[in-house]
Amino acid sequence: MNLSLRQHAITLSLLVALMLQIMPMPILVDPYRPDWVLLVLAYWTLALPQRVNVGVAFLNGLVLDVLLGTALGVHSLALSLVIFILAANYQRLRNYSVWQQAFMVGLLAALYHLVIFWLQHLLTDIYFLFDYLWPVLTTMLFWPWCFAILRKIRRQLKVS
Amino acid sequence: MDTIFTRGPSLLSRLILACLLSVLLIILDARLDSFSRVRVYLNSLVSPLQYMANLPGEMLNQASSALTTQRQLLDRNAQLTRQNILMSERLQRFDLLRRENDKLRTLLGSPVRPDVRKMVAELMAVDNNPYSHQIMINKGTLQGVYEGQPVLDDRGIVGQVMQVGTTTSRVLLIADVTHGVPVRIMRNDVRLVASGSGTLNRLVINHVPHSTDIETGDILVTSGLGEVFPEGYPVGRITAVLRDESRPFAQVQAEPAAQLDRLKYLLLLWPADAPQQPVSEEEEDLEP
Repeated sequence: MNLSLRQHAITLSLLVALMLQIMPMPILVDPYRPDWVLLVLAYWTLALPQRVNVGVAFLNGLVLDVLLGTALGVHSLALSLVIFILAANYQRLRNYSVWQQAFMVGLLAALYHLVIFWLQHLLTDIYFLFDYLWPVLTTMLFWPWCFAILRKIRRQLKVS
Repeated sequence: MDTIFTRGPSLLSRLILACLLSVLLIILDARLDSFSRVRVYLNSLVSPLQYMANLPGEMLNQASSALTTQRQLLDRNAQLTRQNILMSERLQRFDLLRRENDKLRTLLGSPVRPDVRKMVAELMAVDNNPYSHQIMINKGTLQGVYEGQPVLDDRGIVGQVMQVGTTTSRVLLIADVTHGVPVRIMRNDVRLVASGSGTLNRLVINHVPHSTDIETGDILVTSGLGEVFPEGYPVGRITAVLRDESRPFAQVQAEPAAQLDRLKYLLLLWPADAPQQPVSEEEEDLEP
């Protein structure tokens, strides 16, 4: 049991993140939903860059595209790009304090949203609203807690 | 540390591969119509995830309905009975009028309007993709849902089916920027196209000449042109007409008749010439 949990910890955490990403929410909180998939992917990329990097991000992006009904490839491109930046700099980022990391994750989330907006803008004519960037702030605020919980899981299950 | 993956291609080449694949997929998906068949499989593949994500909300609903008191149920029952009586009275009159209308149409030699088959669907999830307005419903190809199918609620047109899976389908709302409905004004049969504005409670009507007879409060109904929406269902009500002569067209805004922000039960329609027919035991045949 413990062994199989250990093997599938990453997959399970990503599935939970995908579910949180599409879970119906009251209309008041909905615009502030953090990018759960990005948060979880970012943690695993920093912790285990050998196991989770661009490929996993690409696949998750595809699932996200199907779940959210965007054109296939939009989220996968944005996620691959952001996770590439993280994976290329993981040694530097690991040495930052959690709040510095949160700031960097926020910046990357902003890039993620802008890339998605830009691609969507190319495909359909949508206009930019500042509300689209609320998730950047919440993602930043959620990073320390996400980091703590996932680190606890990783250490307890000895995922490597 | 496990090094089996470090022997693979370098990080940069992986990124390039991922980007190329994404761009290829975007082009295939956006520009090729034949890709929609692939999406049916993909949608069916992820539907367990959607049902799982819907579970907590469903459980809350069940808990709240289990906690309703008998008093509330009785009140609700009384209210629904009253509504039912009022509606059946209107239906009686409607039946008479329909028969009369059919008779007159046969006299005139124009074709009698065929009946539309319907099925009730339930809202599963509202998408949190801020760039487009879509919802998920709990009916799919197994029930005979097809792409481009009209969807309404109890007040008017909601949108059309955009993608189908085996047990779920995705509905594009009329308020989405990419959506347009051919409509006519109920009062004087002027034909227009109502496009979405990206905001749930507003539709925009483009290319209305200044001289058009259009007023605030006019009811818009579907015109049946465009072969997607059957004729005569309410779409919205004109809320603002701005006749600024310095612009080529009048600026007209409408408010959707359907309550797009509080949908729960939806109605799927199968016009007579639909590519598929409903497959279900709960198909509602309300005709006498």
